[in-house]
Amino acid sequence: MLDLYSPGHSPIHKLSPGVKILAMMVGGTGLFLVENLGIVAVALAAVIALYKIAGLSATQVWNQIRPVLWILIFFLGLQWWLAGASVAVFVVLRLATLLLLAGLVTLTTRASDMIESLTSGLRFLRPLGVNPAKVGLAISLALRFIPVLAQITTEVREAQKARGMEHSIVAVAMPVAIRMLKMADDISDAIDARGYRP
Amino acid sequence: MIDIQNVTLAYADRVILRDISLELSERRIAIIGANGSGKSSFARLLNGLVMPTKGDVLVDGLNTRTHGKDVRQKVGFVFQNPDNQIVFPVVEEDLAFGMKNLKFSKEDIAQKTTDILSRYNMLDMREHPAHLLSGGQKQLLAISGVLVMEPTYVVLDEPTTLLDLRNKRRITHAINALEQTVILASHDLDLLTDFDRVIVFDDGRIAIDDVPSVAIPHYIKLMS
Repeated sequence: MLDLYSPGHSPIHKLSPGVKILAMMVGGTGLFLVENLGIVAVALAAVIALYKIAGLSATQVWNQIRPVLWILIFFLGLQWWLAGASVAVFVVLRLATLLLLAGLVTLTTRASDMIESLTSGLRFLRPLGVNPAKVGLAISLALRFIPVLAQITTEVREAQKARGMEHSIVAVAMPVAIRMLKMADDISDAIDARGYRP
Repeated sequence: MIDIQNVTLAYADRVILRDISLELSERRIAIIGANGSGKSSFARLLNGLVMPTKGDVLVDGLNTRTHGKDVRQKVGFVFQNPDNQIVFPVVEEDLAFGMKNLKFSKEDIAQKTTDILSRYNMLDMREHPAHLLSGGQKQLLAISGVLVMEPTYVVLDEPTTLLDLRNKRRITHAINALEQTVILASHDLDLLTDFDRVIVFDDGRIAIDDVPSVAIPHYIKLMS
């Protein structure tokens, strides 16, 4: 969701995030209820067709699978060894279909729309003292600051490497933690300064 | 006008500002001073991010203690590090944050987002992830995020410190073009030559408060 969103005006982009998340949940559950390789293969083809409808490229389809390719290969080998070829192919195709379905939702939904839907969806927790707006902001902040945290960690690691301490976890973790705490104070001020009142 | 009345600011035993009284009414006001002189804390007092230990800060008659929300709409604040100010992952989402807090309509938010991004030639970055922008673009986004809230005053805390020369010039140009009253805390003396007033802080006190041609040489002498 950080920079996965691919802007577009397709019918899938225009669907409300709530509908997409619900469809993903129903589709995902359905995939676990069927035991037929043919149906899973059709489902996979249908999901790939949805990528096409959304105006997404084959590279974007591949980008969803590539990070977990080794895990899929591992499962394929393990299942082949434990239960045979057809079960192995079935399990891996089902997992790939699920991954592509989830990827389709993130590629066609802005983070803010997703968070807004989530915030609305969590309204029923208000009587229990949960503030959905705060949950939404917390998720946004997490998404926004993952790359910043990665950058800080890289900077600190390079600084410690220059001092010959690249293998010391403490030497990296402590400065990162201190910088993050300082940053948290600044972010809190920045949110206040922009008139946020939950 | 921002009226600072006998303000003292202290954290535990450490006194940051000592009995400061000022009226800020000029269009371009600079605050300078060594590290730890109290200039950033002073800037934070102006929109109620920090409350004085003693005394009051009044913005157009509104006390920061009692009218925090109104004061924050009147006084926009730009931080030194834009990475700590941009709170949403995508450019237009971040711009919308302050406007949503002020209950602007969806149409208004969309229009103001287009206007401000066009102003800084960043319209094609509307749907960009914020973390992929350059340092200068991030600072422009941070300034934009403040301007869309339509403040009367803009307080900037060392906005060019982390930037290279090209981006520094870009931000300087953006600051000079602001219609609002600008209060700028900075180490960058080149930025201040066209300002109306320069206030030099030293150890929590005002060392000099004058036009740039008088105050800046005094500051340089103080630092040497």
